Amino acid sequence: MHELGITQEIVEILSLRANELQPNARIKRVVLEIGKLSAVLPDAIRFCFDLCTEGTPVEGASLQILEPQGQARCRLCKSEMLFEQPFGECVCGGIDLEWLSGGELRIKEMELE
Amino acid sequence: MCTTCGCSKDAKATITKFKGTKSLLLKPAGSFALKPVEDPNRVHLEIKILAKNDEIAAKNRSYFQTHQILALNLMSSPGSGKTTLLERTIRELKGQLLIQVIEGDQETTNDAERIRATGCPVVQINTGAGCHLEAKMLSEGISALAPSNNSIVMIENVGNLVCPSLFDLGEKAKVVILSVTEGEDKPLKYPYMFKNADLMILNKIDLLPYVQFDMAKCVEYARQVNPKLRIIKLSATKGEGVDERYSWLRKEGSSLGIVPIKNPSNRPGTHLWTNL
Repeated sequence: MHELGITQEIVEILSLRANELQPNARIKRVVLEIGKLSAVLPDAIRFCFDLCTEGTPVEGASLQILEPQGQARCRLCKSEMLFEQPFGECVCGGIDLEWLSGGELRIKEMELE
Repeated sequence: MCTTCGCSKDAKATITKFKGTKSLLLKPAGSFALKPVEDPNRVHLEIKILAKNDEIAAKNRSYFQTHQILALNLMSSPGSGKTTLLERTIRELKGQLLIQVIEGDQETTNDAERIRATGCPVVQINTGAGCHLEAKMLSEGISALAPSNNSIVMIENVGNLVCPSLFDLGEKAKVVILSVTEGEDKPLKYPYMFKNADLMILNKIDLLPYVQFDMAKCVEYARQVNPKLRIIKLSATKGEGVDERYSWLRKEGSSLGIVPIKNPSNRPGTHLWTNL
């Protein structure tokens, strides 16, 4: 769906930041954080990564994707739970949830050569 | 950014055994923290990938606030009746509220032509292969439309229940339109769209006698995904239930200080009708 555009955006941000730090720098490793409830598929990002990095300072970099789980706190009983979808029911029956993690869509780190 | 749809077609899909929507009791969540950085070549970034879109969306939002414009992001699958509902709303509120439209479609200006026929200022954004509107496209749409102060801007997003939910445009509210011909389980199938919406419009209720659609279940599913979701049931073609929608529009508008037009003959915007 939208993963190609998102990968292009990632490569653009990385290239810009690397160049700011060190002109003509090359990036060796990239760490992304894509939460399990972010509506973005890590496999699709991996698929697009090699294509999008071609001819950029990111070309050839290894890609590591961290996938935080969907974690929420029930506003009724304050229990914390893991969910595999962006909604759900607490063991107490509550459905009003405060989301703590799972929606991340971040570039965490890069390593220059 | 994303201008090409279908890029994940060769990627491995996530296959999940059916478990219902019950929660899993929390196991130790594990730490995602990285080891302290010592290597000078390692650079911590912590950059939001959609930061650029969010930044432009914030500018759009501030523009709308400054000009007392109620901006609504209308999203649905193709064929749910967004344009028909818009046409009716514009016709029936003419002389009461000034409505302007930004149309988003992959191709054609058909929808904008329909809106223009109502006499409403409209611009069309064609996204080409793109599957959703982004804040930058809307910003360009605003420049082309030059909306009047003290008005409503309806943004008709590309018909798609997935990608548009990810991109903030700077709107005041997200409105998702679901028609009864689509099936009651759409909120569970496309939870991101319904989770982020402020209002769900259930359209085509005049067709209920002819389709298999469980209204109670649909409402239950929608509230499961989004307990605070406001729901309005209506028929854009027959008119049933549209008054509730108009009340909602007036209330949202007045919360921004938008006042009904007192003298319709003097209302601004006429000169913009040829913006297409």
